[in-house]
Amino acid sequence: MTVSQVSFGSHEPVLEVKDLTVKYVGDTRSTTAVDRVSFSIGTGEIFGLAGESGCGKSTIANTIMRLLKDPAKIAGGSIRFGGKDVLAMGPEELRRFRWQDVAMVFQSAMNSLNPVLTIGEQITDIYTTHAGYSRKESLRRAAELLELVRIDPVRLKSYPHQLSGGMRQRAVIAMAVALKPSLLILDEPTTALDVVVQQEIMAQIKELQHELGFSVLFITHDMSLMVELSHRMAVMYGGRIVETAKAADIHTAPQHPYTQALMGAFPPLTGPRIPLTGLADGVKFHNIPDLAEVTPGHFVAPFAATDTASAHNSAAACGPATSPALLEGAAR
Amino acid sequence: MSSTILGAAAPAAGTAKAALEIRGLSKSFPIGGLFSREFVRALHGVDLSLGRGEIVALVGESGSGKSTLARCVARLEKPSSGQILLDGVDVLKRDRFQASRAYRSQVQMVFQDPFGSLNPAHRIEHFLRRSLAIHGKAGSATATQARLEELMATVGLQPDMLNSYPHELSGGQRQRVAIARALAVEPQVILADEPTSMLDVSVRIGILNLMRTLRDEQGISMLYITHDLASARYLADRTAVMFAGELVEEGESLDLLANPAHPYTQLLVSAVPDPARSGSYDPVRRAELRAAVMSPASCAFHGDPEQPCSAEQPVRHRVGSPENRHWVRCHLYRPAAGTAGHALAEAKVS
Repeated sequence: MTVSQVSFGSHEPVLEVKDLTVKYVGDTRSTTAVDRVSFSIGTGEIFGLAGESGCGKSTIANTIMRLLKDPAKIAGGSIRFGGKDVLAMGPEELRRFRWQDVAMVFQSAMNSLNPVLTIGEQITDIYTTHAGYSRKESLRRAAELLELVRIDPVRLKSYPHQLSGGMRQRAVIAMAVALKPSLLILDEPTTALDVVVQQEIMAQIKELQHELGFSVLFITHDMSLMVELSHRMAVMYGGRIVETAKAADIHTAPQHPYTQALMGAFPPLTGPRIPLTGLADGVKFHNIPDLAEVTPGHFVAPFAATDTASAHNSAAACGPATSPALLEGAAR
Repeated sequence: MSSTILGAAAPAAGTAKAALEIRGLSKSFPIGGLFSREFVRALHGVDLSLGRGEIVALVGESGSGKSTLARCVARLEKPSSGQILLDGVDVLKRDRFQASRAYRSQVQMVFQDPFGSLNPAHRIEHFLRRSLAIHGKAGSATATQARLEELMATVGLQPDMLNSYPHELSGGQRQRVAIARALAVEPQVILADEPTSMLDVSVRIGILNLMRTLRDEQGISMLYITHDLASARYLADRTAVMFAGELVEEGESLDLLANPAHPYTQLLVSAVPDPARSGSYDPVRRAELRAAVMSPASCAFHGDPEQPCSAEQPVRHRVGSPENRHWVRCHLYRPAAGTAGHALAEAKVS
C-alpha cells in the first residue's frame, strides 16, 4: 500500500502527487529540493505540510501551481488533479486551472495587493477576467465576497494601505476563494500576523472550508497551528517526507526523531512545565528511506536508532542539560 | 470576588532586591511633519521590576510598545519621562544624554535578527574580542584566548568556530554568538528582544534553554520580550502583559496564563494554538472579550467601597493569593491608545 492511497475518509483524492522530484540546477552542481515526495488530498480534506525553512514545502506548492522558474526543474514524478495531468497542461489549460481549480495564498500575501488599485477593482478583476461577468455583476459579487470574510463592503473603495494587515490578508483569502476552487493552497498564511489576528484568520478559513467544501493544502512551520487545523499532515525534512499520519496521531505519538524534535520545539500552554530539548544545531539526517506503515494510516521513514541517540546527545551538549529540578526551581 | 487593591502606583512585590527597576516610564514619538505637535504615546507610565536572577517575560502584540520599552532600558531611545533604577541608582539622572560605558557593561541587549546584528566582514573572534577590549576585560593574550574559548563553551559552540565568518553559521549558532558577545562584558541584566522569532523552530528551544542556564549558573537577570505566550510560560518566572503602551496584567507565569484576569490577556491566551486544549474558544465569547478590551463596561474586581475602580486612573487589583504576585489593571481604565495600527483597532470596523 502506498501513501497516496490513504486519504481522509473514503473520498476520492482531489490532488495526487506521486514521486515528485524537483531540482535546482546550477552550472556546477544541482540541489534536490523535493525528493520523491508522494501524498494525496481528499475532497474537503485539510492536509498539512510541515517543516522548517528550506525543506522544500514551498517548492511543492509552487510546483503544483506550475509556478516554478529557472533554475528549478521537475526531474520526475507526477501531479494529478481531478484525473488531469497537471504537468502536461498547456498555457491556456493552465490559465483556467490556476484560480478556478486551484487557488493559492502566498506567504505575506497581504503585501501582494496592488497598492494603486482599490480592493474593489482588484476583486472585480477576477470576475471579469476569469468568469466573464459584467462589471455590475462583478461588483455585486465582490461585495458578497467581502461580507463572506466579514469585511464591510464599503471597503471596496479602500486602497490596500487603508486596511490593517489582518483585513488585507482576509481580503486576499476572499479573492482566492472567489471562483470556488476545489483546492486552496495556503503557504504560511499567518506568519507575519499577530496571534489574535492569526486565530481569526484560521477560524475564517475553517468556516469558509465548511461552507464551500474545498480541500486545503496548508503549509506552515507552526506545528501547534497545523495540528489544530489539519485532518492529516506530513512532516518534511531535506526534501523528503519523514512521517505522515492523521494530525491527531502525529500530535500524540510522533515516531520519527525529527518529528519529535519539531513537536518538542513548541512548549504547551497548559500542564506542567517540562524540559524540552528540540533539535540541536547541526543534527542532520541523511539518505532518508521511503516511508513504511507502522500503524494503519501512519507512515514513518525508517530511521536508525543512532539517529535518535545522536539527536539527544548533541542536544544535551549544545542546549544545556536542563534537569527537571532546575525547571522546578524556575517555577518556584 | 474578593480582591485587594494594591494602589495606583504600587511597585511590584520583591523590589527590595531588584536588579533593575522601571518606574513610570513614558515615551512619545512625534508624528507628522517637522512642525507637527502630534505624538504617538508608545509607552505610558510603565512600572516593572526585575529581580536578581529573575527572568521576566514581556508579552503583547506588535505595536504594543514592548520593544520600545527594551530600547528605552538599553538607552537606545530617550524616554520622555520616568526612572530606570539599576542597583537603586537612577541612570537617567546619572548619565543624562547617553548611557555610560559602566551602564552598558551591566545591561546588554540581544536583538531579534542574528543575521543583521553580526557584521559579515568579521570573524566570530572579532565580535567577542572587541566586547572584551571595549569594556576593559581583556587581559594577557593567553588569558583573553582562554576567555574567548570559555565564552564559546558557555553558549554551546565549538571553540574552532571563533575563526568562522557569520555566514558560515546557522541562525541558531549566530544567535548563540550574539549571546556570547553580550556575556563577554559580564552583565547583570540581559534584554532579549524576540531572540528566537527569526530562528527555525527546532533550534528555538535550545536558545531558551541556554538563557535559563545562564540565569541559573551566573545569576543574570533577563527581560525576555516575546509575542509567544507559550515560550514565555516555558522560560519566565514572571510574565507582564502589555497593551497599547501600558502594562495591564502581571504575575507568576504559570498562574497568569492559567488564570488570566484581564480581557486582553484572555484574548491573547485564547488565540494561541494548543492542540492539548480541548476545543477552541467560542466565537461569541471572543467577540465579548474584544468588546471588553475596546470599550470596557465593567470591572470584574469592582466592589471595594474604599477604593472604587477608576476609568481615569490605572488601579491595580490583586488576583489570587499574594505569593503569585499576580495583579490586573482595572478593566474600566482605558489607555488613551495612541498606538497606531493596532491589530485590535479593526474590531471597530469589522
